[in-house]
Amino acid sequence: MKNHKVIVVGGGAAGLQAAATLKELGVEPLIIEREMQTGGKVRRWHRLFPDFTSASEVLATLEKNAEGIETLCGVMVDSIDATGVTLAGGRHIKADAMVVATGFDLFRAELKEEYGYGIYDNVYTSADIEDMLNGDGVRLKDGSAPGRVAFLHCVGSRDEKVGQPHCSRLCCITAVKQAMELRESFPDAEIYNYYMDIRMFGAGYEEMYRSAQEDGEVRFVRGRISEASPTIDGRVQIKAEDTLLGRPVKMTVDMLVLAVGMTAAESNGRLGVGLQSGGFIAPRDLFTGAVYSPDAENIFYAGCATAPKNIGETLNEATAAAVKAAEFLLEK
Amino acid sequence: MSVNFGYTISLPRAVDLDRNDFSVALRVLRRLPELESCIGCGGCTATCTAGAFTEFNFRRVQTLVRRGEYGGAYREMNKCMLCGKCRLVCPRGINTRAVVMTIKRELGTGY
Ligand SMILES: Cc1cc2nc3c(=O)[nH]c(=O)nc-3n(C[C@H](O)[C@H](O)[C@H](O)COP(=O)(O)OP(=O)(O)OC[C@H]3O[C@@H](n4cnc5c(N)ncnc54)[C@H](O)[C@@H]3O)c2cc1C
Ligand code: SF4
Ligand code: SF4
Ligand code: SF4
Repeated sequence: MKNHKVIVVGGGAAGLQAAATLKELGVEPLIIEREMQTGGKVRRWHRLFPDFTSASEVLATLEKNAEGIETLCGVMVDSIDATGVTLAGGRHIKADAMVVATGFDLFRAELKEEYGYGIYDNVYTSADIEDMLNGDGVRLKDGSAPGRVAFLHCVGSRDEKVGQPHCSRLCCITAVKQAMELRESFPDAEIYNYYMDIRMFGAGYEEMYRSAQEDGEVRFVRGRISEASPTIDGRVQIKAEDTLLGRPVKMTVDMLVLAVGMTAAESNGRLGVGLQSGGFIAPRDLFTGAVYSPDAENIFYAGCATAPKNIGETLNEATAAAVKAAEFLLEK
Repeated sequence: MSVNFGYTISLPRAVDLDRNDFSVALRVLRRLPELESCIGCGGCTATCTAGAFTEFNFRRVQTLVRRGEYGGAYREMNKCMLCGKCRLVCPRGINTRAVVMTIKRELGTGY
């Protein structure tokens, strides 16, 4: 059986970038992607924060750079060890090195039953909003335009109750970006963002937040929605405390958008590599060893497999992982 | 709430962290260190059964206690019906009823 130089596990942003970099360095990689198409989550997004670049443009560049690279789609990698990867079904493929770029899972909003996702009409996730923006635009269940929308931050993040203690980092900026996109579509709508803390870590993020406040007239309320209930006319009633006023608030909205977090990929548990307490893959260390596996010297990590990251961070890490994998092959 | 005697005692507005007595707060936190992990999200207050009928605000009262501001805290915590709804929503998983009981026990009825 053919011995591959490097297998890239996962063909999302990280996997495509790692594979393209390996190819540039003269190493022919094999990408294994469980979906029928490469691209990962980015394929689902519409326009990207912080500057509304179209996601399909970014993806097109990544795919162009990875053109011609041998790719197996619709194939799930079950486990990884120093000898190569084992596919679901048991077939083993040998390789000299592996780049693991298996990404993250979206938090399943139905687990927060108190928000009624999947039960009430007009409760959506931030990922659903991206789907609508890529389709016919954002609409209520009955096809009409929303007059009043509430975004809720931290759904499935910073929440012990659902075993997700970490901050997903990108949902604040995603909720701000989407609030601005709704403002663009619905100039007269009332838009509220309910948050516990606003975390704007990236270049241009705080500016986008300020612009949402000032130009977008998005109202930010510091308080976590404790529950949502449906009204007879298909709207959603929410309860929170406006913690800056110290008083409970109640409001009825046409649409509730849950800013879902990034959770560790459920399949990480089977991979056979060491995990962090939250289920993300554990790199050697968080400073000089972020792309190295502590488990084997020929396994490298890139992207959201190890922690929530934005696309820029993901791509940089993928480049680094590919370079280190290529160096490893040279030194072998 | 303070009784209105017809004239106003204006309390100093600033919370004086140089002078406040933290002994009760520390005793409460020693028993329930998790309370220090509160992120002030207000979920407890939003869902509070007692808060629907009174001005009781669990988040605010326990935060005041942690700052060494005890005035009225016992009376306020006494409004809690110990229904436990707040614990269901607390993202930090704080045992809120234990907080109510511990604050009341450590403060005593004088507050
Ligand atoms: C709602 C939302 C909006 C976002 N918007 C932006 C934005 O505007 N700008 C920005 O910079 N970032 C954004 N992000 C972050 C961005 O999505 C990530 O940075 C990016 O997707 C990370 O790429 P990745 O390749 O690490 O992971 P993923 O995109 O998750 O890709 C992983 C790939 O690996 C495959 N895979 C997983 N396990 C296996 C396996 N065992 N075998 C085979 N294949 C496997 C998956 O099918 C997938 O294709 C957003 C995130 C969210 C949640
Ligand atoms: S980025 Fe914002 S919304 Fe997301 S988990 Fe962190 S604080 Fe919550
Ligand atoms: S236990 Fe007390 S503080 Fe908590 S919700 Fe019930 S009444 Fe309110
Ligand atoms: S729900 Fe928990 S974390 Fe939030 S304010 Fe109340 S006690 Fe603090």
